[in-house]
Amino acid sequence: MTKSRNILALLAATTCLAGPAAAQDDDTLKIGLIFTLSGPAAVLGEMGRDGFLLAAEQIGEIGGMKTEIVVMDDEQKPDIAANKARELVERDQVDIVVGPIFSNILGAIVKPVTDSGTILISPNAGPSNLAGADCSRHLFVTSYQNDQMHEVMGAYAQKQGFDNVFLLAPNYQAGKDSLAGFRHSYQGDVAGEIFTQLGQLDYSAELAQIAAMQPDAVFAFMPGGMGVNLVKQYRQAGLETIPFLSAFTVDESTLPAQQDAALGFFGGSNWAPDLDAPGNAEFVAAYEEKFGKVPAVYAMQAYDAAYLIDGALREAGGTADKDALIAALESAPFNSVRGDFSFGPNHYPVQDFYLTKVVQREDGKFATSVVEKIFDDYADNYVGECQMN
Amino acid sequence: MTNLFLLQLLNGMQFGILLFLIAAGLTLVFGIMDFVNLAHGVIYMIGAYLAVTFAQMTGSYGLGLLLTLPATLLIGLLLELLVFRKLYDRPHLDQVLATFGLVMVLTEAVEIIWGAAPLSVRMPDLLSGSVPLVGPMRYPVFRLVVIGAGLVTAAGLWLVITRTRIGMRLRAGATNRAMVSALGVDIRKLFTIIFAFGAMLAGFAGAMVAPILTVDPGMGESVLILAFVVIVIGGIGSVKGAFAGALLVGLVDTLGRSFGPIILRAVMEPSAAAQAGRVLAPMLVYILMAAILAARPAGLFGART
Repeated sequence: MTKSRNILALLAATTCLAGPAAAQDDDTLKIGLIFTLSGPAAVLGEMGRDGFLLAAEQIGEIGGMKTEIVVMDDEQKPDIAANKARELVERDQVDIVVGPIFSNILGAIVKPVTDSGTILISPNAGPSNLAGADCSRHLFVTSYQNDQMHEVMGAYAQKQGFDNVFLLAPNYQAGKDSLAGFRHSYQGDVAGEIFTQLGQLDYSAELAQIAAMQPDAVFAFMPGGMGVNLVKQYRQAGLETIPFLSAFTVDESTLPAQQDAALGFFGGSNWAPDLDAPGNAEFVAAYEEKFGKVPAVYAMQAYDAAYLIDGALREAGGTADKDALIAALESAPFNSVRGDFSFGPNHYPVQDFYLTKVVQREDGKFATSVVEKIFDDYADNYVGECQMN
Repeated sequence: MTNLFLLQLLNGMQFGILLFLIAAGLTLVFGIMDFVNLAHGVIYMIGAYLAVTFAQMTGSYGLGLLLTLPATLLIGLLLELLVFRKLYDRPHLDQVLATFGLVMVLTEAVEIIWGAAPLSVRMPDLLSGSVPLVGPMRYPVFRLVVIGAGLVTAAGLWLVITRTRIGMRLRAGATNRAMVSALGVDIRKLFTIIFAFGAMLAGFAGAMVAPILTVDPGMGESVLILAFVVIVIGGIGSVKGAFAGALLVGLVDTLGRSFGPIILRAVMEPSAAAQAGRVLAPMLVYILMAAILAARPAGLFGART
């Protein structure tokens, strides 16, 4: 594939390009980005890449070192991702790998990267096994544990006193995990539970059942294009009087297509563009100016990852001492644009979670907006199973 | 339960009609020209993209839809002249390979021009609401419009095919191509017309779904397989068959998905029923096809085997 080896940007203030031979120089920092940059989910990967590159450009010399960034496309295929990760580690000899978006891709690259002693920072994927039994001291996650976004919505449904919620998710592992996560914090009754085919476009049959049952609320996990279709059709079917709770279904990556069909729909998140936290407004403004769209969490988490690396390198004094670098990363020496942020013992974040709602901003663009805080300094459920070695 | 059934019946019909618009062109091309065109789904996708673009340019979905029709007709003509014309005398495998290549080229081209992110188009405010059906059930107005437009198109096609000279030639061509050619009909010209017309129908279908579904580069592939199922069930080359097959597939798929688990729940445990229903529902359409082919190997209205 043609996109596989874009050496995209060399962001050091010093303009001289460091060739591969110079990679082992102690004063050159080499970071490999691996994101899904082609196929239907490319939007998410592009947001992650852009968020990271924006931060890198703002920082200039990450950790005070000459910085070289290699960008790879994992094509959302685990086998290809594993090969690209090996290339990054063995041929390009990067110090740190940042990526990917999808949990199954992370599962494929975590071994090749961490076995070589390279540090891996996931700016989005947060599978349960890597938070628990399979945790690794070389892996840091700047996003969340996958279940948490769903738990937020479950807790909200519980708090609202909903007693009859209809659940909808695609029929694959993440879909089943999602509904399990929702049920973890929701004790009420389930009006119905439907698993749809992955990639389904028309939800008229499911929406008809929702209309027939008239539940208190609907909880949906429909990432990407599935969510766009579901939301538009939900609105068209006249169901908007039933509260629509969701995770990864209405966010800034899908809102340009959903537009006002998603207005007032709820989501669970660790951040929103209008979150009141130091540096957040500046980040959102800079991102919008450079890329012309409102950032979603994928961009924010990658942006944070860059500042995390920067802070840790300055504290550890470079990449030479790996143990010092890992210790520095663990202390999360940076200001996250989502406010409170620290790492748990499993290197997954301990952070706040919010209920968000889709609004139209004054400039006409659609974005999510914080409604209320649901969890404060919330850690995941698997941290106890992690025996860091 | 009867309310739900009524609603699902409408849903099934709407899906079936959409399939018919795509399958009509496919069955003519396959039946009369004996040409396997895998790129038909891509034209459906391009129709949707053009509708979005034209709607943005003109500010009106209706105008966008109207502009899409001649545009996809033109694309059909161009493709026929540049690519397909050279493939008619080749074996089916060559046609499959060539049109599959075309699928990849056109999909990539669409990604380059419009990007990978899904697009959408605003539907006219007049049609964006829903109408009350019975009790709390409502039905989207736009889907009723899709059903109406599809039925009108079907009626128009029926008139053309049964009442006009070109329709007579089409029917004759579907039955025996060599004989029609021997009788002095310019079969090449007929092919070009059929092809362009089929492309326009697919483009029309794409433009009609643009406000309901997302417009993304993968939308053509998912629908192409079902369109082939439809024309095999209906009988290759028969537009009447495509209509019957499309409605059948649409209804079986929609009703199966929603009522399969409910019926299964009567005979087994709820969780097992949900599991079995989930597995069975996507298979129903193919089971239907196998059953129909077992009884009628040429399909419901097939002129030849």
